[in-house]
Amino acid sequence: MGMTMTQKILAAHAGLEKVEAGQLIEADLDLVLGNDITSPVAIKEMEKMNVEGVFDKDKIALVPDHFVPNKDIKSAEHCKCVREFAYRNGITNYFEVGEMGIEHALLPEKGLTVAGDVIIGADSHTCTYGALGAFSTGVGSTDMAAGMATGKAWFKVPGAIKFRLIGKPAQWVSGKDIILHIIGMIGVDGALYKSMEFVGEGISNLTMDDRFTIANMAIEAGGKNGIFPADDAAVAYMKEHSKKKYTIYEADEDAVYDEEYTIDLSMLRPTIAFPHLPENTKTVDEIGEDIKIDQVVIGSCTNGRLDDLRIAAKVLAGKHVAKGMRCIVIPATQSIYMQAMEEGLLKTFIEAGAVVSTPTCGPCLGGYMGILAEGERCVSTTNRNFVGRMGHVKSEIYLASPAVAAASAVAGKIACP
Amino acid sequence: MKSAKGTVFKYGDNVDTDVIIPARYLNSSDPAELALHCMEDIDKEFVHRVKAGDIIVADKNFGCGSSREHAPIAIKAAGVSCVIAETFARIFYRNAINIGLPIVECPEASRGIEAGDEVEVDFDSGVIQNITKGTRFQGQAFPEFMQKIIAAEGLVNYINHKK
Repeated sequence: MGMTMTQKILAAHAGLEKVEAGQLIEADLDLVLGNDITSPVAIKEMEKMNVEGVFDKDKIALVPDHFVPNKDIKSAEHCKCVREFAYRNGITNYFEVGEMGIEHALLPEKGLTVAGDVIIGADSHTCTYGALGAFSTGVGSTDMAAGMATGKAWFKVPGAIKFRLIGKPAQWVSGKDIILHIIGMIGVDGALYKSMEFVGEGISNLTMDDRFTIANMAIEAGGKNGIFPADDAAVAYMKEHSKKKYTIYEADEDAVYDEEYTIDLSMLRPTIAFPHLPENTKTVDEIGEDIKIDQVVIGSCTNGRLDDLRIAAKVLAGKHVAKGMRCIVIPATQSIYMQAMEEGLLKTFIEAGAVVSTPTCGPCLGGYMGILAEGERCVSTTNRNFVGRMGHVKSEIYLASPAVAAASAVAGKIACP
Repeated sequence: MKSAKGTVFKYGDNVDTDVIIPARYLNSSDPAELALHCMEDIDKEFVHRVKAGDIIVADKNFGCGSSREHAPIAIKAAGVSCVIAETFARIFYRNAINIGLPIVECPEASRGIEAGDEVEVDFDSGVIQNITKGTRFQGQAFPEFMQKIIAAEGLVNYINHKK
């Protein structure tokens, strides 16, 4: 019986020839990540452990991104706690405002995540790095603390679902539509405790940014991780961004999958998740009545990358957002921000009546920078549309791609370019 | 802690971490402060009615969404002694074990227990008794090493004890 991509990576990091689904293992960690919300709790826990310091100052990444630039005094205290811990322990990869970005866009860009790595992060969207062929998964603060102290974490080896992607997506269909389609198909717990392994020739038709978006939302189907085999495009990305050694793992021919799906990307349509679960999906053709909206957010660890901004700018160029619409664009990292500026994308956004913010997770989790009032509706390129996620419990979030979000900002209602 | 006994608060499918502890309160990491807002966006009455020892029972995928450990911390600090669900989201499951909040997966119990029932859970055996209805369910007992983590009241103590 063969192993999946995920199982091979875990076996290699546990010093085992072979692992199988359900087995409990202890694996060596290549990177441990935390942000300004989760790290303070981890730091407090780590201080209770009888340890000298961190296991490896080069293998920890601390990225204040959720409530920064500090939104209030309490957030400032949290950031101060993280900053002081980073300095005290000589953490190499601490990213201050001015050099930071949204963690899951930042770390691949900084070359800290490569194929074959085992990565844990105290943030559920840590699964993003599967786009490069890494095993990466979200954990809580105590796991982060133990990871920082020991360089190890325990895992139950997951079973897997295979998604064979074929065909080429049509114009305006992106990674976001693909993952929303999948979540709509299998549900928010469809991949509970499991790996989502993406294979097939259709992958070559997806940009790296599309793949980051797809892996990022594996958690929205309950998945432990989402993972792609590292192909030429992934290798080119890693060579451009990283000096780290990478290892490419492919699933064995006889690897066991709990379920298998084939998805023809050419058949997919722009897809929107309606309130209040990411599984409540409809294609643009299935909507019917007009859904008027008050706000659009384009950004986040899901869709704040350069491709996303290019697509949004293409839709917004020469147009203006609807009267009364608040359209908030948030490039995910400083480097993306700079590139967007050089390409003239920011000018396009501002001329279209949008605002452009410094990188932050802010509005995605109802932190700040775009909170919704009672009864308001938002089309957002973020990842969750739970009750109260972006503000009032009676506000509504519609998850969509940057193309649909931009077109909706212009139309004042949910729309497709 | 070998067992839990208390009155049940009952919820449905996909209770997410955003309703367990909304992100607007995550500028604090103080358990007592988080407890004041526990379940606020799904059940405003929860914090006013919950008593030490009470039990939460839910349907599938409890704790889905964010990895915030603040969610099980808020539940534990609110006085809840155990969460029973048909299934748990995996990060919440890890976090609950790691901070020493006992949780038990048991689809039959989740169907056979109603709000206000008096329930007792034995962690060693996984047996759940609905005292109000006189029924009994077999929940999933923890693997041995998870029992040790829970007995040590969390991963940090467990790691310290191992040394």
